[in-house]
This record gives sequence, structure tokens and C-alpha cells, in this order.
Amino acid sequence: MRSNHDRSRGGGDGPESSVEKYQGCDPASTGAGAAGRAEYDDPWYDALASGWGELDGTGAPAPVVPSARREGEGADRVADVYLQVQRSAAFREVRSRYRRFVVPGLVIFFTWYVGYVVTAQAAPGLMERPVAGAVNVAMLAGLGQFLTTFLLTWAYARHARLRRDRAALDLRWDTQELTRPLRGGER
Amino acid sequence: MSGHHQMPALLLFGVFVAITLAITTWVSRDRHGSAEEFYAGGRLFSPMENGFAIAGDYMSAASFLGVTGLIALFGYDGILYVVGFLVAWLVVLFFVAELVRNCGRFTLADVVAARMSERRVRIAVGTSSVTVSVLYLVAQMVGAGSLVALLFGGTSTAARAWTVVVVGALMVIYVALGGMRATTWIQIVKAVLLLGGTVALTAALLVRFHGDVDALLRTAAGRSGHGDAFLAPGLKYGGDWTARIDFVSLGLALVLGTAGLPHILSRFYTVPTARAARRSVVWSVWLIGGFYLMTIALGFGAAAVVGPDAVRASNEAGNTAVPLLAQRLGGGADTTGGTVLFAMVAAIAFATILAVVAGITLAASAAVAHDLYPSLRRRGRKARSEVGVARAAAVGVGVVAIALGLLVRDLNVAFLVGLAFAVSASANLPVLVYTLFWRGFTTRGAVWAVYGGLVPALGLVLLSPVVSGSPGSLFPAVDFQYFPLQNPGLVSVPLGFLAGWLGTVTSSEGPDETKYAETEVRSLTGAGAV
Repeated sequence: MRSNHDRSRGGGDGPESSVEKYQGCDPASTGAGAAGRAEYDDPWYDALASGWGELDGTGAPAPVVPSARREGEGADRVADVYLQVQRSAAFREVRSRYRRFVVPGLVIFFTWYVGYVVTAQAAPGLMERPVAGAVNVAMLAGLGQFLTTFLLTWAYARHARLRRDRAALDLRWDTQELTRPLRGGER
Repeated sequence: MSGHHQMPALLLFGVFVAITLAITTWVSRDRHGSAEEFYAGGRLFSPMENGFAIAGDYMSAASFLGVTGLIALFGYDGILYVVGFLVAWLVVLFFVAELVRNCGRFTLADVVAARMSERRVRIAVGTSSVTVSVLYLVAQMVGAGSLVALLFGGTSTAARAWTVVVVGALMVIYVALGGMRATTWIQIVKAVLLLGGTVALTAALLVRFHGDVDALLRTAAGRSGHGDAFLAPGLKYGGDWTARIDFVSLGLALVLGTAGLPHILSRFYTVPTARAARRSVVWSVWLIGGFYLMTIALGFGAAAVVGPDAVRASNEAGNTAVPLLAQRLGGGADTTGGTVLFAMVAAIAFATILAVVAGITLAASAAVAHDLYPSLRRRGRKARSEVGVARAAAVGVGVVAIALGLLVRDLNVAFLVGLAFAVSASANLPVLVYTLFWRGFTTRGAVWAVYGGLVPALGLVLLSPVVSGSPGSLFPAVDFQYFPLQNPGLVSVPLGFLAGWLGTVTSSEGPDETKYAETEVRSLTGAGAV
């Protein structure tokens, strides 16, 4: 049986079929039967198509993380499944990849922005200093804010696409596999 | 401004209203009346569509007319405003868009209630969401009222009142009949119109200066009468230290407030996945960033081409800078080109107000029908259908917004927008951040975080120079001014975070570990997301 899971683990980073629209067919609810599973209706697969602002496809995807399913034997409640997944090495890896990007990112842009506003208010003399023609330090700093915002947006989208998406998708699949028998076909 | 501009502008605006009403009827022709449809448009929008809709929700008339006017009159200080509006999207992109899409269903309270005891949290978060929405809504309504007076010269009270009523009635029709799907399409149409108009004006401006930005800046600085100081901060927000700290407070509110605005949060539920939510934010960052870069050019362009004196003569706050610039670029007041461009800008400004107002009304009605009504409904009473309640709530919110819009129509629009951002940053952001990232967060912490930000934010404004104690305030006769800043953000945002922490460490019951595990796993992987 070729599952979503196996396929996403398969290694190739070519463009996945771009399923843009949710087709009302959650893999967990198609449930029984391989027929339903072989169709990749999972909207999560829109993912690996690159969007505007994530232009380059040169970067290699991050190495896959270990499966949470291996460590997830023996849960008897849905809540326990989430606890197990949360404690699994796979999830911790995804979480730390997310935090390792987002926390420094926050520190950088927040310091840069607050520094900019405070400097503008506290040291207008510095901001007034001319650089070239009519352009002064203040103009450059303002444009710099625009530039860093665009740059960080691009970097975040790229990082998430290459370093997190695949692993998160696997984890999502594993978690739903683990909870399905416990929910008794509810989902 | 003379009255002969009135007809083309009204005509263009009428076309916009007709098109959007047609869209509303079209998209609601085969709706099923489910909550999913009404609040989230069936979650079927593509990232690009949603990106345009987010941009349409966000690029308000305050930016288009207000900020350009600010730049035309005070030069660089207007840019400080714009930068805050844009940088805020990094907070949304990094911490909110994907996680909220994965964790919630329709409203902000859904995210928080997923790991807390539901009723108290829903009441608290629902209350703050409605407060923020109504503040923002009133700002837009007041803006609509002054816009008609400015553009059509009819400064009569009746004309302004009627504008507020008509805008309010239209927005109620869009929202109550079309729900999220109609609202989204209106945002998209408006975003395209606004961006198209801005691109056309910027291109015309650059052609006039032969593409020489340096010459544009020099001419603007020269005509302003301030020389090089026009191109550096300090003309408006300089002066005493209170004013400067006030601006820092506003900057903080702008950057942190966007991530808590209910109508922005609800936009992430209209796409199928978290990844689509991320891609819509990427789209909107490019669109909004490009738009703001052009507004900067237009602001300096208005200073250079029209001149600050002419701008000020038309409107003291500078709100007519862009329409005046359009008129000049088209050939002048009495030429066809000038009249057409002026009418175009006026119609776009109206479309903008209408679209933004519809988006906020929908978010407010969702908070009432999805969070407040089920939690406050008396037990035993028959439950009504949620979408029915939401439609009624849209009408109710519309009526309240019209009434408040008529009542406070002399209040400064920029201040009202700043206040909405400050309340959002102090009451909504702390609870959202703690819910998503703090393992030990408890129900009491959540409730305290909301009220601990909401009450100080509103209270400090009551005690600020805006309400009393200075000639420009709401009640100049009395004086209960104890807080010097106009924007409470600098104090109330930390208070919101502090209250959330305090409520958590003092609560008798511990956090629910398993529910946090579910929230964390869901937020980062999307397992179990709707």
C-alpha cells in the first residue's frame, strides 16, 4: 500500500502535484481502503510548489527526521498520542528547526525596528546627515526597513519550505495514523 | 474644491458598488448556509487570492489618504508610520499565520479555547475582539464621513451623516448576505483597483520627473519651506520628549497590533492549509510593501507638484494630497484629464473604506455569534442557528458602528486607528503568544492577559490628553488628564503580558499538559486541523 507517508519519504524533491484546493477529502476520513489513500487529495501537498517570494529551487531539502510512529506504540487515548508525538525526537526536531529560525529572526527585526524608531526620535541630527544627493541617513534607514522586511519574508518562506514542510507533513500523517484507531472512525 | 468633480466620482463609485453587489449575489447563489461558508468562505481560496484579500483588508483609506497627506505636509515623519505598518507583517508571518491556521476554526478565541476551560476564555477574548473591531470600524466610518466632505466640498453635517449611513448599510448588506466569500472578493477587487490606481499615479509622477527621484525629493524639500529638514524625522513628532515617547508608543502598537487584529486573523481560515496561509502572507507582504513604497513617492510627489500650502489650504490634515496630486498630474483642475483622475482617486478611496469596513464587520459578527452568544446564552433557551445569529450580529454591529460613527465624527481618524492597534496589541497578542508558546499557561492567565491589556489600554486613553485637559480634546472643559501619552501601547502592552504571567503563576489549577501537547503538535504540524 502506497501511503502518503511513504511517498513523502521517498526522497525526490521534484515538484509535487500542486493540489491548490481543498477537495473535501481528508486522508484520515477517506479511511478504510487503499483506493482512497492512493489518491493524493491531501491539500497539504500544495506545499511543495513554490510561491511568489520563494523563487529559488536550488536549495536541497532538509534531511528527513525520524518517524514519530516508531516511538508511538501503546497509546490508549487521543490525548496521549499528542503527548507522545510531542515528546518524540521527530517533533522536537521540527520544533527546534522552527525556533532556531524564528527566535533570531524576531530579535533581529525587532531590535532593528525599535532601534530605528528610537534613533529617529532621539537623534534626528544623525538621521539628517546627507549621504548622496537628497538621500540622507534617514532615507536609507527607512528603505533598509523595507528591504529587511522583504528579505526576512523570503528567507522565512524558503526556510520553512526546505527545512520544515516535509517533516511536518510526515508528522501530521503519523499523528493522524496514530489517532485514527482511537477515534473509532470519528474523523 | 468645486462641485463639478462630484458626478464622475459618484458614477465610478456607483459602478464599484454595483459590481460588488453583483459579486455578493453571485457567490451566495448556491451557498449552504454553513458556518464554514459564512466565516471562512469554505476555506477554498488560493494563496494568491487570499494574499490580495489580506492586502485589501489592510490597505485602508488612512494609509492611502492619511499617510500620503502626512508625508506631503511633514515629509519624513510620514515614512516612520508606514515602516511600522509594514514591519508588523513579520510578526504575523513568523508567529501567527501558520500556527493560527492550524489551531483555530473561525476566530481568535478558538485558538485559546482549544487548551483552556472554554466559557470564560471565549467571553474574554470575544469581548476584546469586538472592542478592537468596533474601534477600528468607527475610525473607518469617521474617515468615510470626512472624505465625502473633503472630496465633494459639501462640508454640511447632513452630507457626512448620510455618507456614514450609506456606507454602514452597504457593508451590512455585503456581510449579512455574502459572508466571507463575498467579503473576500470585495477585498480582492478593491486591492486590485487600489494598486492599479497607485501604480498609474506613481508612473505619471515619475514620468513628470523623468525618473529622477533625487530631483523629486529636492523639489519636495524646496517647496516645503523646511529645506533638508523635510527629508529627516522631527517635523511632526519632534519637539518635547512626551511627543517623542508618544511616537515610540505608537510604533510599538503598530508593530505588535497587526498580529492581533481579528479581521486579519480570520483571513487565515479562508485557505486550506497552513502552508497556504504562509504563502498568502508572503503575497501580501510584497503587495503591501510595494503599495507603501508608492505611497511614499506619492506623498513627496504631492509636496513637490502641488505644494504643501495648497494641500493645507484644501484640508488642514493633508487628507486631500493624493486627489490633488492626481488632478495636477491629469492636467489641472479644469481639464478632462484632471477631472477624470481626481474622480478615479475619490472612487478608489470610497471603495477602500467600504471594503475594509466589510471585513471588520464580518470579524466582529463572528466574535459575537461564535464566541459571545454561545457562552452568554441563558441555559434552557432554544439555541438559534449560528449563521443566523452571525447575520443578525452583522446588522447589530453595523448599527452600533453607524451610531458611534455619527457620535464621534470629529475625532481624529489616525488616533482612532492607533488606539485600535494599541488595544489589539495589549489584549489579543499576549494571550495568543502565551497560548501558542507557553507550556505552563492556564485559564486564569488567559483571562487576566485579556482584561489586563484591555482595561489599561482603554483606561489610559480616558485619562490621556485625547479625552480631557487640552484644547484639542474630546471634553476640553473638564480636566482628568493624568496620563501624558496619546497612545497607551508603551504601558498597556507590557501590562497585558505581565497580567497573563501573574494570572498563571497565581492560579490554583495547573496547566493541562495534554491539551498543550495537542496545541503544540497541531500548531506546528497541522495534525487534526480542519
